[in-house]
Amino acid sequence: MSDCLKDKVGDVLLPGDIFSFEIKPEKVICGPGLRRNGDEILVCKSGILRHKQPNMYWIDSQQKRYVPAKGESVIGIVTAKSGDIFKVDVGGSELATLSYLAFEGATKRNRPNVKVGDLVYAQFIIANKDMEPELVCIDSCGRSNGMGVFGEGGLLFRVSLGLVRRLLAPQNAIVKELEKVFPFEMVVGMNGRVWVKAQTTQHMLVLANLLESCENMTAQQRQALFRRVADGAS
Amino acid sequence: MEVDVQSTLTLREFGCEQNLLSRPDGSSSFVQGDSSVLAGVYGPAEVKVNKEIYDRATLEVVIHPKSGPPGVRERAREQCVRETCEAALLSSLHPRSSLSLVLQVVHDDGSLLACCLNAACMALMDAGLPMGCLFCGVTCAIDQEGQIITDPSAQQEKNSRAVLTFAIDSAQRRVMMSTTKGSFSVNELQQCIAVSQKASEKIFQFYRDSVKRRYSKTL
Repeated sequence: MSDCLKDKVGDVLLPGDIFSFEIKPEKVICGPGLRRNGDEILVCKSGILRHKQPNMYWIDSQQKRYVPAKGESVIGIVTAKSGDIFKVDVGGSELATLSYLAFEGATKRNRPNVKVGDLVYAQFIIANKDMEPELVCIDSCGRSNGMGVFGEGGLLFRVSLGLVRRLLAPQNAIVKELEKVFPFEMVVGMNGRVWVKAQTTQHMLVLANLLESCENMTAQQRQALFRRVADGAS
Repeated sequence: MEVDVQSTLTLREFGCEQNLLSRPDGSSSFVQGDSSVLAGVYGPAEVKVNKEIYDRATLEVVIHPKSGPPGVRERAREQCVRETCEAALLSSLHPRSSLSLVLQVVHDDGSLLACCLNAACMALMDAGLPMGCLFCGVTCAIDQEGQIITDPSAQQEKNSRAVLTFAIDSAQRRVMMSTTKGSFSVNELQQCIAVSQKASEKIFQFYRDSVKRRYSKTL
């Protein structure tokens, strides 16, 4: 079983492709795009099969619409304030809720300063298909850990979810090359939203355009483009 | 039943492009000969309260004709496409959300419903919606002499005695949907289904090649 899956790692699979257990069922962890159906594994999204030791498999697909998943960090826009919760738009099928107590140091007396229209970097604590998604801006120890409301300035734009996952991968080449062009701050949400802040507005727009164009470029094309921009910027 | 399908099986050239529109979550254009359809998929998105289904996603299909307002014929096609998509999609994974599929006819030169089905499948796949299997549309025409023509042009459809369109699934090559016009015998129907199943293999292979090409840069 795991052999026939392993052979296909790195290949493009389509929905409807089926892998079946041959003799004895083995332990396989199915990630996004794969579904266990009795003795079979069904592919339900198109994309590239990825594998992680020892037995994790998932489909890496390029999609644009975000579907909330528990534990993922996202950039949300506060759209409404009702009583003790905020409604946050994360780009999914419904608005997520964010309690005002889910900020670092917040108490019933000491409310956090969040206004409608603010951006928040938060984590999903509840995200499943049957329940309303819920966000928090603290970790399990009660610390903010980088999460919370965004400060002044900066630019928010959207990229595809595939590019976001590439940006968030450790030791990522795109971010390393981009750092050499000019200094900037960047926040990447799993929901495809990217926020950047640089010294000037022009730099921020250049960054946004560079990241958007990264999607369909090979490493050589990208390096050539970054070099050209770096020469122009200095 | 044994049918000699090789002699009758000719499909016009087809082409496809995915992810060509920036606003929809998934998009595709499908070209079969001179017939061409552009598809856009939005979802899973927020659903209107009166259309909410508690255990699955609501699918809405709209077909825009090349010119003029949509009429009865478009409505009938919409229903065929919607029911086929509902059967292929695992819509219970996104309950209480809406999926909308918009099909724009760019040019109609026969086999339009089959082209709509193919464009819809590619767009749903591009949007990354969970599907149990793929589907494709095949149109067969039976001419006055009883010959079966696959993927007929508008002129061939006009001269034919009957036009049959099938949606075939990729898992077991079964018929998911059929719509027919004109008169034909049971035997001819069986032959057309066999021919369509044969033709579907070519189309599914084409799907695979075109998706492979799309992901070739990120391999």
